[in-house]
Amino acid sequence: MILLDLILILLFGGFVSWLISKWNQLAGRIIALITVIIDLIITMIIWISHAPTVSLLNKGPWISDFNHRWIPQLGVSFHLALDGLSLVMTALTLFVGALSIVASWKEVREKSGFFHFNTLWLLAGIVGVFLSMDLFLFYLFWELMLVPMFFILSIWGYENRKYASIKFFLFTQISGLLMLLAILGLYFIHGNATGTYTFDYFALLGTSSWGPLGFWLMCGFLIAFLVKLPAVPFHSWLPDAYVQSPTAGSVILAGLMTKTAAYGLLRFVLPLFPRSAHAIAPLMLLLGVIGILYGAKMAYAQTDLKRLVAFSSLSHMGFILVGVFSFTALAYQGTLMEMVTHGISISALFIIAGAIHERTKDREMGMMGNFWEQMPRMGGITLIFVLASLGLPGLGNFIAEFLVLGGAFQAHALWGVLAAIGLVGSMIYSLVILQRIFQGESRKEWKLADFSIRELIVMACFIIVIFWLGFFPQTILHTTQPVFDHIEQQVDIHAIQQGGAS
Amino acid sequence: MINGADIHLLLPEIILGLAAIVVMLSIAVKRCHLFAHIFSLAAFALAFISLFLIHVNGTQVTDLFITDGYSRFFTGLIIAAAFFIAAISYPYFKTRDIHKEEYYILLILATLGAVSMVISNHFISFFLSLEVMSVSMYSLIAYLKNDSIGIEAGIKYLVMAAVSASILLFGFALIYAQTGQMELSKLQGTISAAVAKDILFIAGMALVIAGIGFKMALVPFHLWTPDIYGGAPAPVSAFVATVSKGAAFAFLLRFFHDLNGSVHNSVWIAFAVIAIASMLIGNLLALRQQNIKRILAYSSIGHLGYLMVALLAASVVGIKAAVFYLVTYFISMLSAFGIVSYLSGKDNELYDLDDYKGLFWQRPWLAALFTMVLLSLAGIPLTAGFMGKFYLLLSGIGSSLWILTIVLVVSSFVGLYYYLRVALMMFTHSELPRQKFKGGSFVPASILLALMFIFLLWIGIFPGTLLDIIQHLIPAI
Repeated sequence: MILLDLILILLFGGFVSWLISKWNQLAGRIIALITVIIDLIITMIIWISHAPTVSLLNKGPWISDFNHRWIPQLGVSFHLALDGLSLVMTALTLFVGALSIVASWKEVREKSGFFHFNTLWLLAGIVGVFLSMDLFLFYLFWELMLVPMFFILSIWGYENRKYASIKFFLFTQISGLLMLLAILGLYFIHGNATGTYTFDYFALLGTSSWGPLGFWLMCGFLIAFLVKLPAVPFHSWLPDAYVQSPTAGSVILAGLMTKTAAYGLLRFVLPLFPRSAHAIAPLMLLLGVIGILYGAKMAYAQTDLKRLVAFSSLSHMGFILVGVFSFTALAYQGTLMEMVTHGISISALFIIAGAIHERTKDREMGMMGNFWEQMPRMGGITLIFVLASLGLPGLGNFIAEFLVLGGAFQAHALWGVLAAIGLVGSMIYSLVILQRIFQGESRKEWKLADFSIRELIVMACFIIVIFWLGFFPQTILHTTQPVFDHIEQQVDIHAIQQGGAS
Repeated sequence: MINGADIHLLLPEIILGLAAIVVMLSIAVKRCHLFAHIFSLAAFALAFISLFLIHVNGTQVTDLFITDGYSRFFTGLIIAAAFFIAAISYPYFKTRDIHKEEYYILLILATLGAVSMVISNHFISFFLSLEVMSVSMYSLIAYLKNDSIGIEAGIKYLVMAAVSASILLFGFALIYAQTGQMELSKLQGTISAAVAKDILFIAGMALVIAGIGFKMALVPFHLWTPDIYGGAPAPVSAFVATVSKGAAFAFLLRFFHDLNGSVHNSVWIAFAVIAIASMLIGNLLALRQQNIKRILAYSSIGHLGYLMVALLAASVVGIKAAVFYLVTYFISMLSAFGIVSYLSGKDNELYDLDDYKGLFWQRPWLAALFTMVLLSLAGIPLTAGFMGKFYLLLSGIGSSLWILTIVLVVSSFVGLYYYLRVALMMFTHSELPRQKFKGGSFVPASILLALMFIFLLWIGIFPGTLLDIIQHLIPAI
């Protein structure tokens, strides 16, 4: 029940916030913020209090489960469940979500009620994706994320918002529909084999073979996740959407929505199609490495700050792809760490980019320079996240990339080495941010205010977490260890049984 | 022969027929728009209620009609749609300087034709019902006689419908010549393998497809659609988009089901090609339109194409999916045209896309409903349209129609673009004065639109109710 509440609180809070904003904008903002914080507290309570993971139906290390009949005629149930992986991702979502609301406290002035409504519904969609254990429900939340994001992008975005929002929506929608076809394929193959037609994840997981269609069904899932991630050939929506979004939009898009794709790979593609996943792994590793190097190269070439950050995100997504398809528990852990730490560092960078844009009304780095003089606090904080992004030891991102590369090296030394080159690239483009904006000659007379208390609080939260993860990664690794052990087992056992799953 | 016991099975049709006569007579006594309006609403309501009084068990009423759960469901759906159309017509016509009362006669007659099509079990009864509906629609489309575009649309429809009706008739004749049977339920037994392969029989099928395809505006018989939708008054466009197409589809589905696969493969392929063409071309042509009614016209072509997928699935799931989808399509289309006519002023309709700029900031609830409608047409979750499309895909994949379902997915992807365009327009900031969206403050129409909003969400979130009703009424045709 508590899982359902997590989603309902967000949906309801969004609605209330919208209505209240009609007469008082500030009250609406506060309600939106409090809603997310309540959710975050609930999640943290679950995290802290959960006993040594209880085993649910012997299907893996599940902490909490909620199953309710929804459309029995079609075999759809409202099935939510929480394990370590979902827990960490939900906590991340709510943490970043709350901070993104604070960060856009001043930026969104017009129709702020509708804005918070969309933000909260978007968060609800993301949380729903992380909790759904029914493929129909998963698809529903997957699509549900799109609509509020579309509105955030198209109403409060920058100058080219319409183009960006439609492109974003179309890309994700078509890939999502292909996933829906694949889901229906699973539904029928399972139903024809067993006689029970159901979308339940655990029931489908039990199917040992998907027959000749298995590979194509996996591709349906894969394409949805690769577009959302995004991986290299499918990334063309990324720079537009990231750049044109308002700050909160970019933060949620880059920090959270991309993680739903990574989550989907770990949760659905690997356990449901272990053999097909092994079959396509070389291609995915290739795409991952290309993404790392290409993203780094593109990031370096940008003159627009948000675009640079956007491409850096593309580069980091490559690590996730490499991590997932290395098939080692170490790499899975690294992937998860990457999801979390990237979620935090990219959010912070987008908030900084938003703050600079708010002050300069400009995103061109060519016009900036020597900002440190006027904004030392912002400069110092930027330095921290730039260092985090390039993977400096002591910060969370280092752990993540180290684990991914270690895991990848174990599995395929060549890919591990190539991916490691990306670290050099990330060093270059990350330092460029600092150099072009905060150092060097000032090209224009700027009058800039430094970070306010509100912004400092937001940044302080990010900094604490990124350092914490750098020094005590066990907090997260411990929670997710059983999940990844289980996934590794699932993927491995099937691979050994030659005649088994496809 | 018809007997006294069976006559009550035709109660809805009888009520509608009588209502048309009463309105006609009342005009002879005194013209009163409000009376005609309220009376026709009452007639529709009564006809709807009468559906619950009759006990259907698949009884044939003479050779011509059949009343089973399937026909009852569609009769109810059509009458409900007609009720909605009549309700939104009042504010639309109220301010216009024409005789308004005859409109309701025509509307009732057209509805009578449509419900008779749905219960038809015979070529003759189908054809006669079709003509009752078509003839009423000629005048409905050209009802605003000061509007030259409307007149043009009416004449265009007249010519096209007349030609297609004769084609249909010829098709029926050919099938009859080969099988000696015009009753749907007995048709299958007369089609031997030899007949199914006979060129005249296939030609007859092809002509029937063309004739019904015209009514459903399937590609390549769709050319009239945008002009008629654009030229007709908005409530009439709603009628064309929903009732007339729905009735034709209901008959086609029954026809196809009664043939039960005993048709030659080429007929199936023809249907598949038509479905694919409708899905793709309908959606592609909508991309560049600026007129919202024309967008809806092309979009409805695409939607009927989607429906064909369920028809071709030729399974029990397919029939249910088609019925379910048709309901969601009805709700979405009716609301869309409802909003267009709701916002229309005295002399002009609000159909240009630019007219909708900034609607959200001035009439948020109306814009929210319209957005919901567009999302439903596009098939985005939490709306009725999503459940409908999902069910269609389910039936398509259940029958392994991979190509058709992939085309469905691709074309609904294309369709998304123009729905988003309209939605974006409403959310664009506009500096125009509030006066622009003055039209529409008629309370009953507002209530009905709000009801549609609830339906859209309800079916989107709890489709079980509707599924149960369909399951209950249509265990199998």
